[in-house]
Amino acid sequence: MYRYDEYDHALVKQRVAQFRDQTQRRLAGGLTEDEFKPLRLMNGLYLQLHAYMLRVAIPYGVMSSAQLRKLAYIARRFDKGYGHFTTRQNIQFNWPKLEDVPEILEELASVEMHAIQTSGNCIRNTTADQYAGVAADEVEDPRVYCELIRQWSTLHPEFSFLPRKFKIAVAGASQDRAAVRFHDIGIVIRSDDQGEVGFEILVGGGLGRSPFVAKTIRNFLPKKHLLSYLEAILRVYNQLGRRDNKYKARIKVLVFETGIDKFTQLVEEEWRHIENGALTLPAEEVARIKGQFAPPPYEDLENGPPELGVRQQTDTDFARWTLINLVPHKQPGYAIVNLSLKPIDGVPGDMTAEQMDTVAGLAERYSFGEITSTHEQNLIFAHVRQKDLFDLWRQLKKAGLATPNVGLISDIICCPGMDYCSLATARSIPVAQRISDRFRDLKQQYDIGELRLKMSGCINACGHHHAGHIGILGVDRKGEEFYQITLGGSADENAAIGQVIGPAFSSDAVVDAVTVVVETYLQLRQNAERFIDTYWRTGPEPFKEKLYAAH
Amino acid sequence: MALQIITANRLGDGFVVYLTALGALSQRITDAVVFLDAAQSEQRLTALGAANGVIDPYAIEVTTGDNAIVPVRLRERIRAFGPTMETGRAVLPLTVAAA
Repeated sequence: MYRYDEYDHALVKQRVAQFRDQTQRRLAGGLTEDEFKPLRLMNGLYLQLHAYMLRVAIPYGVMSSAQLRKLAYIARRFDKGYGHFTTRQNIQFNWPKLEDVPEILEELASVEMHAIQTSGNCIRNTTADQYAGVAADEVEDPRVYCELIRQWSTLHPEFSFLPRKFKIAVAGASQDRAAVRFHDIGIVIRSDDQGEVGFEILVGGGLGRSPFVAKTIRNFLPKKHLLSYLEAILRVYNQLGRRDNKYKARIKVLVFETGIDKFTQLVEEEWRHIENGALTLPAEEVARIKGQFAPPPYEDLENGPPELGVRQQTDTDFARWTLINLVPHKQPGYAIVNLSLKPIDGVPGDMTAEQMDTVAGLAERYSFGEITSTHEQNLIFAHVRQKDLFDLWRQLKKAGLATPNVGLISDIICCPGMDYCSLATARSIPVAQRISDRFRDLKQQYDIGELRLKMSGCINACGHHHAGHIGILGVDRKGEEFYQITLGGSADENAAIGQVIGPAFSSDAVVDAVTVVVETYLQLRQNAERFIDTYWRTGPEPFKEKLYAAH
Repeated sequence: MALQIITANRLGDGFVVYLTALGALSQRITDAVVFLDAAQSEQRLTALGAANGVIDPYAIEVTTGDNAIVPVRLRERIRAFGPTMETGRAVLPLTVAAA
């Protein structure tokens, strides 16, 4: 994984000292809240319903065991003993005290972490395919390009005060596991007809109040031009994006109102000025960064060791877990392991300090000390020997991290909602817990199969509800929580925005409504059809009929 | 008018606080002073807004009874009484019964 150089260290240390001074001045009354707020937000510090919330950056989701142990320490020493993994692969602490935050940032800096650009109208943490570097279907490792984007975008003088926040995601395979089509800029690593590897660039995707699927602005961009092309897009956006209305300030609205053809023309014109300038990527620098993501020293092993097969035959729970939570690895004899942060009845994405310490230790023992957080709010061990899977599973199970539900209905993406968030209009976590409880029978979940349920507590859509096969949006109706259901959304390479299926349901009725949707699917599905394929085949009508039959 | 109390977040730790009858700030909603008169609450709000120890003070509607002060809006009830689910809990995974 990437290690800080002297510039990274200096930058982060300077920022800690700067924020310590700003905090002291605020506490002493030398800065007003209006003056201090933009400064704290630049350091990931929000004020939520109950307390401050600190969002810590995890670039493209990759952490070392030392970093995870530090997060555990922070959770225990400065917070209430837990943290929350977000849909941008970051972690949030919900209860830090302002007076402690400079010390927290200093602790983070000691393990090459920070909270810079986790808030504000700047380029946020670039996210990536959670199986980066190890997926069997990968064209190239997206983390290399995420890191280049991180270096280019960190404290970029031109792009620190954009019209609105800006999010970039990179996928390394044709199967999109990073939801790139719902980002301001989405990047897909691909090969051209001659076999040269480069990028497809998409622009103008997003969720929130006005959801859009990104459009392709460049079918194929040679690697060396990545940063100059991104710079050209950002320049056009920075100049033309609306600053008079925050609800229309994202690039998706600019692309929509300008039209993709005209927008492309503007970007290409801008790019011509800088195409072969200082941002052209030197091959040796790319190679240097690539070196930081070199594969670990794998052993020469074969797939399917006998001891694995024996365990799968003799232990049903283990066999289920290997079927649901593992992904094929490009290195023979190894597996990618999903650690579920969605236990039945749990809070999606939450992890206790004790679990963090346990996972750090297990990562050292079984996965070269590396952990990846996913935009689906789970964790990954990217390099586990297949012959170690049974031992690892037993220990994950003891720690509550082996729920075999990845990609199933209880693997819910869920924002913090009104239990924490000052923007939320309804609670989301308790509803997610009730849905999880309703489908607590894992056999039933396996029968239902892949079903992506995503839930947000307000229209800002941090829980990606537009992109859920089943999406749930919490709204406020005259002081009461109601929940609007959308169907047919998808975050992968067949990206789609879910359709509102009808009038919203009360909090008491929403879990029953989800159950009706699932039962309707089970009645309609043909062969082994997934929920989303059934929905796309039948359309909304049969679901509407069942949901609103009594009305 | 509806009954009102004044709330804010405390600067140093961000925790929710309520204005008491003596002009202090308490984390307990039961300590809050209840205003019957809008002019009175607005006057106290202005004074509190100028103080450095709190962030964004505002008035909220409440009901009283049984020696309890309960905010009318759910958002404020959550601020007063905390998240509505258990937090910071490790949950053990279920197992599947053998077929």
